[in-house]
Amino acid sequence: MESTLLEHINSARKLRKAVAVVTDLTTGVARLVDTANVDDDPLQGEIVSRLKSGKSGIVETPVGETFIQVHVPPLRLVIIGAVHISQALAPMAQACGLDVLVMDPRTAFATAARFEGVALLAQWPQDALNADQLDRFTALVAVTHDPKIDDYPITQALQSECFYIGALGSRKTHGKRCERLSAAGLSETQLARISAPIGLDIGAASPQEIAVAVMAQIIEARRKKASF
Amino acid sequence: MSMTASDENTTNPLADPLEIAQQWHANGRSVAIATVVETWGSAPRQVGSHLVIDGEGNFEGSVSGGCVEGAVVFEAVEAIETGKPKMLEFGVADETAWEVGLSCGGRIRVYVEPVTV
Repeated sequence: MESTLLEHINSARKLRKAVAVVTDLTTGVARLVDTANVDDDPLQGEIVSRLKSGKSGIVETPVGETFIQVHVPPLRLVIIGAVHISQALAPMAQACGLDVLVMDPRTAFATAARFEGVALLAQWPQDALNADQLDRFTALVAVTHDPKIDDYPITQALQSECFYIGALGSRKTHGKRCERLSAAGLSETQLARISAPIGLDIGAASPQEIAVAVMAQIIEARRKKASF
Repeated sequence: MSMTASDENTTNPLADPLEIAQQWHANGRSVAIATVVETWGSAPRQVGSHLVIDGEGNFEGSVSGGCVEGAVVFEAVEAIETGKPKMLEFGVADETAWEVGLSCGGRIRVYVEPVTV
């Protein structure tokens, strides 16, 4: 592989663009294909479907085997709430390869000292969260327990292609949340996308254990449900 | 929401073999990339997984659960020297022959290519 191709692959991934690297396994010659130039590619149909599914693999062509490797963007996790659970969840998600952003307008919670090495915004989601950036490679969890902070980002996520939306709170709390969001115009189908109570049911009790349950549920959503 | 400025500080570069390959190459090290291109049966890493190797035999990433990396590193160092890509195939380990293989019973093909200027 030429070093310039390697650089192009890495910069596309940084820009959160899905790209395919198409390598002729007989000659070793490789090319980068993205949505801009896929229509001109001889393997157009195959590449389009793989860019969508995220599945890499070998295709047989008249001149031999070709390997199509799909690079989907790194998964992103937006955590609403700089709380104790988030302090455990953020590094755990980073270890799993996710880009993590923590957002909380309460400056006492959103401090660099509590979230070393994590992107942190001490702002209201209403000001800092851009709906366009909630793409299908993004998971959002809302764990402040405060409707004033949580409801807006949950609503934005429900109107986006986010692959996972989780919200902290008991069944009762979630029931009230659904009433509020429903009154604000969200449909039953949309509300059903929220994982609540949040996390896989492993009996998690401590903040750290809850973080494990949430991370596991995000992985499940990505590996068993998402279409990439 | 802006993540661009802080991404480089917060994303663990060690989690990403292709970033490492680019860094190593930029630092003047000779580099090869090994990629799982096909799997059969119970394979430890999925298609598209990478191991990156430098000319000294240092490596990051994985193409199996640690079963065949040693052999891939050996072949990659050779690929760096010749400048030519190669295809490797690993199957079930033959324990009596102390052969390199996958104890999980799967089979994988690994494409090894040097990073060229």
